[in-house]
Amino acid sequence: MSNDQSALLRFVLRLGDNSLILGHRLSEWCSNGPFLEEDIAMSNIALDYLGQARILYTYAGKVEGKGHEEDFFAYERREHEFTNSLLTEMKTPDFAFAVARQLYYSTFAWLLATELQKSKDETLAGYAGKAIKEFTYHLRHANDWTLRLGDGTEESHTRMQKAIDDLWMYTGDLFATVESDAELVKNGIIPDVAALKSKWNEMIADVLERATLKMPDANAWQMEGSRTGRHTEHLGYIIAELQYVTRAYPGNKW
Amino acid sequence: MKKNIQLNPLVYTGKNPELWAIANEVVDPEIPVLTVVDLGIVRDIEKEGDSITVSITPTYSGCPAMDMIATDIKKIFQQKGFADVTVKTILSPAWTTDWMSDDAKERLRQFGISPPEHTTADKNALLGKSKTVKCPRCGSMHTEMISNFGSTACKALWKCLDCKEPFDYFKCI
Repeated sequence: MSNDQSALLRFVLRLGDNSLILGHRLSEWCSNGPFLEEDIAMSNIALDYLGQARILYTYAGKVEGKGHEEDFFAYERREHEFTNSLLTEMKTPDFAFAVARQLYYSTFAWLLATELQKSKDETLAGYAGKAIKEFTYHLRHANDWTLRLGDGTEESHTRMQKAIDDLWMYTGDLFATVESDAELVKNGIIPDVAALKSKWNEMIADVLERATLKMPDANAWQMEGSRTGRHTEHLGYIIAELQYVTRAYPGNKW
Repeated sequence: MKKNIQLNPLVYTGKNPELWAIANEVVDPEIPVLTVVDLGIVRDIEKEGDSITVSITPTYSGCPAMDMIATDIKKIFQQKGFADVTVKTILSPAWTTDWMSDDAKERLRQFGISPPEHTTADKNALLGKSKTVKCPRCGSMHTEMISNFGSTACKALWKCLDCKEPFDYFKCI
């Protein structure tokens, strides 16, 4: 595999892993949402992410050129081989945390897809053109809930502010880049992900202000490492649940 | 159910009409009043020798009906005597409700699902602002949204404030 192909594979897997792990976390809200419509909304969004993961993993298999299909990337890699952002794997102790993560992640995903639509890579541009429509709905959903909880009761405001503050240290990692990205940026294959940060800050600050919530300190310490496979303790548990059947019955078909 | 013979003019390529007519017999598993051609899911049908390639595009990335639709398309062509059928998924251009014809929208309404009200060029629809959705049962414009996400990925949940019935709205994307 050429350097370009391996850089591309790395980027596509980053997006695919983000989608799979966030989709898995969102699916945990099925039957646990605050009310039925929200169960359905979270499951719908989870489904969009799982579908996107399938598109991206299928493409990763093509780029890699070793004959691997989508399932290989989801079920046969180990924890340190996953490069999903730390934010996507975090446990959400209450609904406010789930909303805060959706706000942080959907804003990022929407900005990234907006730029990725211009990619010279036809599959990535096609994926982004498809995904942006879904992200628009996700973002609206996250914004609505942030306003509702932030500008709601004293209890909902307190919980929402805590979620916004506690998850903040994982947001910088969304914009993490690796050395091999630079060539892809130069060739017009991917946007400069780190450059999306200032617009992201603006959009988040705007929603938080309208929701009467305080924006966390932009210079606070940030945890990173996901792009090189360093994760929090949460990912292992997700992988264990996700891969149990394929590990217990390798190669089984039904 | 009304027999649908007219091909959706918004997606039909004008080539291989007999093959498009075959594809037009496949209905959406969730919305049986619309065919996969009405919905704009079928994008192209090519014939080379004895082999047929049907290109389809997903409505939503995670739409669970896509696998069934691909299987149904394969099956119907095989029933008509084409042994070598490939169903290919394409992502670009991304699927849009703009590809749904007026005729298809009317059948959707009669089925009890409010059809997409705007074209996606209408920025208000995209931003979710000032959208008026008509109740498919009583025709009232006095309606409100319950949730942007409904029983399937392509639908939102609304309710009519006059006849008090909840109903599905086919989202504009």
